[in-house]
Amino acid sequence: MATEAQGEESGGLVFHPMDQFKVEPLFGGDAIAWYTPTNVTLWMGITILAVVVLLILGSSKRAIVPSRGQSIAELAYGFIYKMVEDICGKDGVKYFPYIMTLFMFIVFANFLGLLPMAFTTTSHIAVTALLALAVFFAVTILGFVLNGPAFLGLFWVKEAPLALRPVLALIEVISYFVRPVSHSIRLAGNMMAGHAVIKVFAAFAAIAAISPLSIVAITAMYGLEVLVAFIQAYVFTILTCVYLKDALHPSH
Amino acid sequence: METETFEATGDGLVDATGVAAHNPADAAPGLPQLDFSHFGNQIFWLVVTLVVIYLVLSRVALPRIGAILAERQGTITNDIAYAEDLKARAQDAEKAYEKALADARTQAQTIVAEARAEIQADLDEAMKRADSEIAARTAESEKAIADIRAGAMDAVKSVATDTAQALVTAMGSKPDQAAIQAAVETRMKG
Repeated sequence: MATEAQGEESGGLVFHPMDQFKVEPLFGGDAIAWYTPTNVTLWMGITILAVVVLLILGSSKRAIVPSRGQSIAELAYGFIYKMVEDICGKDGVKYFPYIMTLFMFIVFANFLGLLPMAFTTTSHIAVTALLALAVFFAVTILGFVLNGPAFLGLFWVKEAPLALRPVLALIEVISYFVRPVSHSIRLAGNMMAGHAVIKVFAAFAAIAAISPLSIVAITAMYGLEVLVAFIQAYVFTILTCVYLKDALHPSH
Repeated sequence: METETFEATGDGLVDATGVAAHNPADAAPGLPQLDFSHFGNQIFWLVVTLVVIYLVLSRVALPRIGAILAERQGTITNDIAYAEDLKARAQDAEKAYEKALADARTQAQTIVAEARAEIQADLDEAMKRADSEIAARTAESEKAIADIRAGAMDAVKSVATDTAQALVTAMGSKPDQAAIQAAVETRMKG
């Protein structure tokens, strides 16, 4: 590739930290149609597999005293269930499977992306934007279906002085429409940045003098990325719950 | 490829940071995230993935884990109830034991009292019997003593009479039996 040629030109250092994000067909060829099995397909498939292994194989024994796998499955279930219940209230519990789906997909995609040679599906804005837009439209439609026009009360802050309300309404509307943007870019940006930084450090390892430092830096970044992988999944999920709460109880 | 421009600049970092993506002509080697040509592909597979995960979770995993958790909660509740039942039974048993102990104690006291009363009665009877026996013996003894005393008196009388007769005889006169007896009688009374 051209990037490698560049690397050779610039004195042995091979910088192409963005190559890991390339979408490539699995079985050769150049054209990527919407149905082509690509590395996206592969890693999403592995994500599904991981979810199945944890939640279905893990809980298959239905033990009263759980095994380690079952403990983790129960922990994940309890974690998200409690989150939904705490934030959205009792009537939000019926949306728990959807939120659990989001969380399990994101958390596994993030963690699997940390494997060497892996492709991080959640580092793509196409993926996170779809997730965020799905949440945005679901919440907005749900808000109007459940509350009717009263859902617009979300933008009309009754606690504020009357004179301020139109201004606040404008700000609220803007912030409402910015939600899917920040929601999606936060996840994709975090995933992409961390992985790219690791690759940059890795490229420096080619220089013998710097390589120990480079390896330490990679290790540290990797630790941070493990943290970020979970935190971003958590943040995405908790924000989804917060948005859902707005749809269920639009009054402030 | 389009990256000829990069090679001309000789700056690999332009590619690395993705700055090149701003140039529409170089979209492909820039940020892969901003290459819209495979958005359709990603979105399609994402939708497939989400639907599969949703079905797996909502049909199998979540009901099962929910059931496990509910069952565990039920087991814990049952166990606690069972433990409380056992505790209540233990307390009942303790109460029954203490009641039995108290009963036994009162019964023992009654038995002791009864035994004491019986012994007292026996003792009283024995005392009475002993007393009456003593009284009888005493009476008998007194009678014997009286008899002896009476006997002694008679003996004294006869000895005195005999002595008086012998004295009278020794003095050479004929003893007058009646007079001697009368004299002895009067003397003994005096």
